[in-house]
Amino acid sequence: MTAPLIQLQGITRRYGSGASELMALKGINLDVAAGEFVAIMGPSGSGKSTAMNILGCLDTPTAGQYRFKGTRVEALSRDQRARLRRRYLGFVFQGFNLLARTSAQENVELPLLYRGDGTAARRAAATRALADVGLAGWERHTPAELSGGQQQRVAIARAIVTAPAVVLADEPTGNLDSQRSHEIMGLLMALNREHGITVLMVTHEPDMAAYARRMVHFLDGRIARDEANPNPTLQAPAVAEAA
Amino acid sequence: MLLSVLLLALRSVQRNLLRSFLTILGIVIGVAAVITMVTLGNGATTAIEGKIASLGTNLLVVSPGQRIGGGGGSGVPQFTEADAEAVATQVGGIAEVAPQGRASATVVANGRNWATSVSGSTNAWFSAGNWALAGGRFFTPDEQRAGAAVCIVGETVRRELWGGSPAGPDIAGLGELLRIRQFSCQVVGVLAAKGQGGMGDQDDAVVLPLHTLQRRVTGNTRVAALIVSMAEGADSAPLKASLRELLRERRQLAAGDDDNFNIFDTQQLADTLSSTMGVLTDLLGAVAAVSLLVGGIGIMNIMLVSVTERTREIGLRLAVGAVEREVLLQFLIEAVVLSALGGVVGVLLAALASWGGARLMAVPYVFDPVINGVALLFAAAIGVVFGYVPARRAARMDPIDALRHE
Repeated sequence: MTAPLIQLQGITRRYGSGASELMALKGINLDVAAGEFVAIMGPSGSGKSTAMNILGCLDTPTAGQYRFKGTRVEALSRDQRARLRRRYLGFVFQGFNLLARTSAQENVELPLLYRGDGTAARRAAATRALADVGLAGWERHTPAELSGGQQQRVAIARAIVTAPAVVLADEPTGNLDSQRSHEIMGLLMALNREHGITVLMVTHEPDMAAYARRMVHFLDGRIARDEANPNPTLQAPAVAEAA
Repeated sequence: MLLSVLLLALRSVQRNLLRSFLTILGIVIGVAAVITMVTLGNGATTAIEGKIASLGTNLLVVSPGQRIGGGGGSGVPQFTEADAEAVATQVGGIAEVAPQGRASATVVANGRNWATSVSGSTNAWFSAGNWALAGGRFFTPDEQRAGAAVCIVGETVRRELWGGSPAGPDIAGLGELLRIRQFSCQVVGVLAAKGQGGMGDQDDAVVLPLHTLQRRVTGNTRVAALIVSMAEGADSAPLKASLRELLRERRQLAAGDDDNFNIFDTQQLADTLSSTMGVLTDLLGAVAAVSLLVGGIGIMNIMLVSVTERTREIGLRLAVGAVEREVLLQFLIEAVVLSALGGVVGVLLAALASWGGARLMAVPYVFDPVINGVALLFAAAIGVVFGYVPARRAARMDPIDALRHE
């Protein structure tokens, strides 16, 4: 068996010092293999967002080891982590974080800009990614002209346009109604199953977590439960089918 | 990558068109002010140099006394025609020497009178002073020798007395009689106008043969000044030295005595005036450059606002894998695009302002590619300098905090 894609060993993360010291993570061990779909759950303040930031190489642990594809992430410089992100990671945020007054096409092209791709290659890849999320024909629209669900689709297209190994989704359905939420989850599930992209998703909605094949529960800076989901949701509820 | 960043910057400028315009206004005004000041300064310098050249360059004016242009106080010996003769024959590198006598007089003709300066000299006076004829002729050798009752008038005198056409075959005044004090002379020539110069109106003059002036007007044989024109390519320093030596000898000055005459070099005057104008131009340019600096601060201010406003965008760019240098570059280029744009608009505005200003001041408009290029480069450099701090602030942001920023 090959080494897992992601390996966290004894990860702690402390904010501040002295009286205001806060231990957000108190020794996390977590292995994620390539191709998994993991839902990270837990109440506010349980450390799941901190864990996500570390998993996304945006933050570094106070102590412990984080191996990504065998690379010791905590030993990397800021710029080295940026290069790792642009190569292997895609991000989907709760608030979409699309650039205003910028077309869907250009929003999706953004990560490619930092990989030095040419204009034609960027355009082709972005068009393909938008088609993958079901937004073919919406390339010229700006976020203001798109619904929330469509905006999140653009954000997902932006996350997958670089053909990443892992997509990290932080509450991707947090700002969406139930029907749109199921659409987005269907999309993430398809990415996981059809493209083999590893998906790590933070959510507090059990409905959404049910799409994942594994659920990791955080509580007070530790992993409380780590369980397989033997029967993940494979289809959105009937009401969402029509959309 | 660089091209994409450039397009990004242009798009950002275009998105905030009014704000971008107001931001670059400081640079526009600064650049325009610097270029206009320097261009007008250069134009004025050119104009002054032109006026001095019309006086006659390579000209030495030797006058008695120690002050420039001084007629000599009491007791200071005047020059004589013999001095002129001696200078012309004994000093090397001289083209011509014109002895000049001078008087102020009211001249009368055609029922009008006009107070002017009356000079007596030889034909050499005209060539030394770059004078041309608008009509008539210069003096004949006989007239000069005999002190004939003939005169040549400048355009101002001609216009005041006779008016009418200033040129052509029917030029008014030519051939008429002109009364100077108690004697009358015939106008045989009219000088072509030189225009208003920095040295007063040179056209306000009547010229007689030297002997005529001495006998009929001043009543003595004094020569007020020697106008010495140097030969083409002659070096003025040794020429002045030997001229001085000769004059000291002729005026019997002992080794320790001060000169009781003065040698005035028109080239020297030209140089002095030019360098004075140069200093003034530099000073005005420096004052204008301050406004350029203020413009740069305006750019820094707006870039800081822009960076704060776009915190989430910066966070996103960092999250998707932009390295510090790339974010730094993006904002730096945006600042440079703004300031360079201001520079370009400033150059155009300056062209308009200097052209208009030059017309208003009646000085030539001289386009100076160096100052235009320098101002443009300086504007871009201001973008780099004042854009750096905001750009670095953007590049150093923590992506997590930036993404959460509201």
